[in-house]
Amino acid sequence: MPSFPKPKIPDAVVPPPLRKPGKPGSGGTPKGQAPADLKETPERKSAGDKMLEVGKEAPIDALGWVDQRLAASGFLTGMLFRKVPKGTNWFYTLGSATLFAFIVQATTGVFLAMFYTPSATQAYSSIAHINNEVPLGQLVHGMHKWGSSVMVILIFLHMGRTFFFGAYKYPRELNWVIGVVLLILTMTMAFTGYLLPFDQRSFWASIVGININGTGPVVGPYLSDFLRAGPELGATTLSRFYAIHMLLVPGAIIALIGAHMYLVVKLGTTAPPWVKAERPKVAAPVSQLDAGANGNGRVNGNRVNGAPVDGEGNGGSAL
Amino acid sequence: MKPQDKQKYLEEYEFLKKKGKPFFPYAVMKDSVMALIVVAVIIAMSVILGAEQGPKADPTSTTYVPRPEWYFFFLFELLRVIKPPELVPIATIGIPTICMVLLLLLPFYDRGPERRPERRPIATTAGIITIIAMAYLTYLGATGGAPTEVEMQVSKKYEAGKEVVAGAGCLACHKLGENGNNGPGPELTHIASRIPRAAIIRSVEIGPGIMPSFRELPPQKIEQLADFLSSLD
Ligand code: HEC
Ligand code: HEM
Repeated sequence: MPSFPKPKIPDAVVPPPLRKPGKPGSGGTPKGQAPADLKETPERKSAGDKMLEVGKEAPIDALGWVDQRLAASGFLTGMLFRKVPKGTNWFYTLGSATLFAFIVQATTGVFLAMFYTPSATQAYSSIAHINNEVPLGQLVHGMHKWGSSVMVILIFLHMGRTFFFGAYKYPRELNWVIGVVLLILTMTMAFTGYLLPFDQRSFWASIVGININGTGPVVGPYLSDFLRAGPELGATTLSRFYAIHMLLVPGAIIALIGAHMYLVVKLGTTAPPWVKAERPKVAAPVSQLDAGANGNGRVNGNRVNGAPVDGEGNGGSAL
Repeated sequence: MKPQDKQKYLEEYEFLKKKGKPFFPYAVMKDSVMALIVVAVIIAMSVILGAEQGPKADPTSTTYVPRPEWYFFFLFELLRVIKPPELVPIATIGIPTICMVLLLLLPFYDRGPERRPERRPIATTAGIITIIAMAYLTYLGATGGAPTEVEMQVSKKYEAGKEVVAGAGCLACHKLGENGNNGPGPELTHIASRIPRAAIIRSVEIGPGIMPSFRELPPQKIEQLADFLSSLD
């Protein structure tokens, strides 16, 4: 596992409680000494002033309180202020757009679940109730329905992007594998969700879909028996699809998106394959660096100063 | 990828990353714009296209169109391209499974260091062909439709059976004269010359392969249907 150096965050953009304590002798609050705000202030202030001060500090204090217990600030600032490589473009928004479409599906799904009844006799009328009587019901139902198409389109576009950019190669192989499982799970959501309105279209299409699974070699008949949950498509099929659609697969998707995102942050996203470093080697001696930089007609702050790249992410200017 | 290629990639990547911008606010900005577009599109689609219900699911009724959601069209169309019954398992499960396995293992057999698509001719060509094939099959599925009328001259006593066939959506999968889709089911135009009446009824009740069972249809309708089909030789 390559460990990339964490970019150093300028103090000015980090709220105080999230700042890392400075090293002794380097300014800031030295370790082992009470922070300034715990010492007694010599001047007396009016009650109003005090309240104002408390009010101003409250959110930051609360953040600090939480952070002392979670110790998450390093991770969070590292994640937020990590650098994305040069050349990162709009194609790189497709993954987060997929994530966002999933969030829309999850949110609208929760509202639909409040009114939907997964029973063969009531499913259809509960959807009719959502459409016709629940305030904004048809809007939310429509968003869930069309959101599924949008999510499927986005997940394919995102997969296409990572494919054509060669982003599945070392060291991101595992993230590609997780992605393919996410694709399968997303299609499973689409298939199981289609039956839930229990109208003619979804009913017969699901029968055909289940039969298609049934023609598969070896596992096919077991798979279709499992999905149908009985001799005919009916009430038990509906409950089974509902459980898969509402609990099983969403849980797996959320867990895998978590793993996917962890790896994205840990490994960083690729640079577009056309963007190349125009310099021989990071650790090359300064004189050579200068030569390289001048040869390419590029001027980099550090090289002009002749200072070596410090390995802390401060070497390059934000181009 | 050889170890020195990996090393070289990591060094180059680290350099490009140093030259990059912080995730916040630059990438976050783009992601947020995209997120807004996604929600706007979803809401617009919901408002414009709505969420109408079809008629209630009913195993005994014969008006249905067994159409999957559009993004499964390509799977369904695959069955039309590959029709012989002994090959059906290959089309239904075989090809998708093989594709998924190939996709899953992609990073493990495509291990070259090159990332530029124009310098990975095999991968890029395979990707483009896959996209074209899926787009074409989806297009076929979208334009295929499922006719619910049978335009065919039949004698008066088979008229009722013709209506049952038309209404039951058999034409979504079967070709009948000039009507219907050629696949995934076999052509029914001359069905009586191939199988007897009893076998037709059995097929309709059992639903062989991916064909749904029509056991729940009223017996009288099944009789009419069988009368009509067994007259086609
Ligand atoms: C979802 C697609 C689909 C629908 C809808 C469908 N069928 Fe089929 N049908 C098939 C397939 C596929 C086969 C071949 C199955 C096999 O042999 O594996 C088939 C086989 C048959 C056969 C046997 C043909 C032979 O040569 O052995 C008959 C008869 C038949 N269908 C009649 C009907 C009738 C009548 C309807 C409408 C009530 C209908 N089908 C609806 C897909 C369908
Ligand atoms: C629920 C579905 C998915 C979500 C929410 C998701 C989300 C993301 C996000 C936010 C990124 C960051 C970079 C970017 O946006 O391009 C990313 C990267 C990546 N994703 Fe996905 N993804 C999903 C599905 C997939 C699928 C189906 C694949 C491929 C089969 C895939 C493969 C990858 C790879 C290889 C990267 C690294 C790309 C790089 O570093 O340039 N993901 N994903």
